Amino acid sequence: MAVTEESTSTFEAPLPPEEARDASSGGVIRRTLHSLELDTRMFGLILAMLVIWVVFHFWSGGTFLTPRNLWTLTVQTSIVAIMATGMVLVIVSRNIDLSVGSMLGFVGMFMALMQAEWLPAILGFDHPWTWVITLIAGIILGGLIGLFQGAIVAYAAVPSFIVTLGGLLVWRGLLWVMARGRTIAPMDTTFQLLGGGARGTVGGTVSWIIGVVASIAIVLLLIARRRNRLKFGFRVRPLWADVVLMVLGPALILGTVWFLNQYYLPIGLAEQYVEDNNLDLDPATLEIPFGLANLVLIALGTAIVMTFIATRRRFGRYVYAVGGNPEAAQLSGIPTKRLIMYTFMTMGILVGLAAAVQIARLNSATAGLGTLQELYVIAAAVIGGTSLSGGVGTIFGAVLGALFMQSLQSGMSLIGLETQVQDVVVGVVLVAAVAADAAYRRRLAR
Amino acid sequence: MTTEIATRTLVEMKDMSVSFGGVHAVERVTIDLLAGEVHAIVGGNGAGKSTLIKTLSGAQRADSGTIVIDGEEVSIDNPRVAKGLGIETIYQTLALAENIDAPGNVFLGRELTTSIGNLDDSAMEDATRKVMSRLNPQFQNFKVPVASLSGGQRQSVAIARAVHFDARILIMDEPTAALGPAETEQVRALIRQLKREEIGIFLISHDIHDVFDLADRISVMYQGRIVGTVQKDDVTIDQVLAMIILGKKPGEVTQSELDELHG
Repeated sequence: MAVTEESTSTFEAPLPPEEARDASSGGVIRRTLHSLELDTRMFGLILAMLVIWVVFHFWSGGTFLTPRNLWTLTVQTSIVAIMATGMVLVIVSRNIDLSVGSMLGFVGMFMALMQAEWLPAILGFDHPWTWVITLIAGIILGGLIGLFQGAIVAYAAVPSFIVTLGGLLVWRGLLWVMARGRTIAPMDTTFQLLGGGARGTVGGTVSWIIGVVASIAIVLLLIARRRNRLKFGFRVRPLWADVVLMVLGPALILGTVWFLNQYYLPIGLAEQYVEDNNLDLDPATLEIPFGLANLVLIALGTAIVMTFIATRRRFGRYVYAVGGNPEAAQLSGIPTKRLIMYTFMTMGILVGLAAAVQIARLNSATAGLGTLQELYVIAAAVIGGTSLSGGVGTIFGAVLGALFMQSLQSGMSLIGLETQVQDVVVGVVLVAAVAADAAYRRRLAR
Repeated sequence: MTTEIATRTLVEMKDMSVSFGGVHAVERVTIDLLAGEVHAIVGGNGAGKSTLIKTLSGAQRADSGTIVIDGEEVSIDNPRVAKGLGIETIYQTLALAENIDAPGNVFLGRELTTSIGNLDDSAMEDATRKVMSRLNPQFQNFKVPVASLSGGQRQSVAIARAVHFDARILIMDEPTAALGPAETEQVRALIRQLKREEIGIFLISHDIHDVFDLADRISVMYQGRIVGTVQKDDVTIDQVLAMIILGKKPGEVTQSELDELHG
């Protein structure tokens, strides 16, 4: 690496007055965060989550911070997280989608019927193509529903609140009509793997490989970014800050993989594993990690792709521009209507994906599938820093918001609170989070 | 040497009319713009200044009339067409996306991308730094949302956005309305700089001092019509004010009307 201490300091010496003021104001933590270019609000959310984890750990008698519980937490977070990444773009563009829960139900039921009844009638049971055809059909259906709702919002100028409130009722109703209130089960055996059951995981070794590849990618991205900025002669982070990030990022990833990999197959599944692989081993002494669940990888992949779209592509830039100042966006020649329509289509595609994962995980589809999910998805985005007035929000924040909410619910379950009481707490936390955020913004504005 | 260039006509708008319902917002207006000239358009609220200028920037369609740019008749249906012709507009409301940083705003709608279509933020920042070093060398906040910038800095961003794309014709709608005295001076200096670069500027302003400080010619609008177009050096502030308020040319104003104006 051609980066030296000297080359960085030359770009740091003539600190412009305003940036200098930023960097020198506030305490050590603030200054450090500034150097690392980390968002103080995101840092606050992560800190609050860590506090919750520790509190629940002791309150539940040491059952929260266990590989088993955190592994389950990642699985439970994924479905809301997948949809929250799309909700961020919808909300950033000054819209809302209240229909995602009902849509998830409708598309989920459609996929359930397709793989349990329609396709088997043509292809026979457990045909190897069933899962792919079903998955693609579901994602397309989700995209079309989103496109349809988005077209009404954009071109008929009906507020998205109303369009998707209508959608909430319509898709829930049509779901019932489609299945006549039946419960459809079981799912195709391959399709089930999407849901991350006992077999729907990648195992310990692959988890390690994914962790290592992700770590290398982080280091390479940081180096590439630094080189690129130096090439143009821009200010870069202090070298120590980049090095800290290059150590911290991979450490976090590999630490997580290490921790989750200590969740081993229970004895029954271990026996099955030994039998399946014709191993001459005693299952009772084997420690076979589950590894990351498939749906967790799907959620992570979704978050990465959506972050890329939001920050590195024109589409994402325009979504933020429309949210920041719709008039300015239009005067700049941005096709704002088409753009709004496509944000809803993106949301629909993600709902289709989430629906697939959800029915695979439940191994069934019911008339109540996805009920109230829209509220959790919106809450995740908002807790993660997405502003309902538009223009502001990150994919990473929304995923963090989903994890935060799921941590609360999971912790409350462990200490034996009823789900109704859990709802009370989640509701209060949602309002408190937004109030804290508003207070923070006011302080910034002063 | 400047006389030859200074007489080159950039824009001719002939017989422009726009009406909303039964109201004639702009009625048979003819106006032109020369290279390196600041042509101020003044008038009271609702005189039709903004509507007239929107027909040139592509934000408003005219009912009738012709627009000639560099001797060729053009049809400006939307902002993109206008930008393609080298016409850039700086709107009264600034038209910046507050949540996006300066380079993002300068290139909004015309982003630089890498070969695979990713946003090339470094190249955009680099280009923005170059434009800014010419317009406003003190400007340093390239990575923060423009919402956190001062009014003058934001105006620099809006102007940078116009001049980066080699605007030859610049429309400025109340460029100093939202600014403090120091920032106003900054923008005035900028406009003088652009004039030297042979850019033609239509300046819409309520501020008669701005107008007299910057303009070469002044056109006064009154109830959708042009009262008259005058050389700044030929008139006094009072005469222009009389045109704005009474809708009459200097020669047509009676002494009693003038007295009333001052009384």
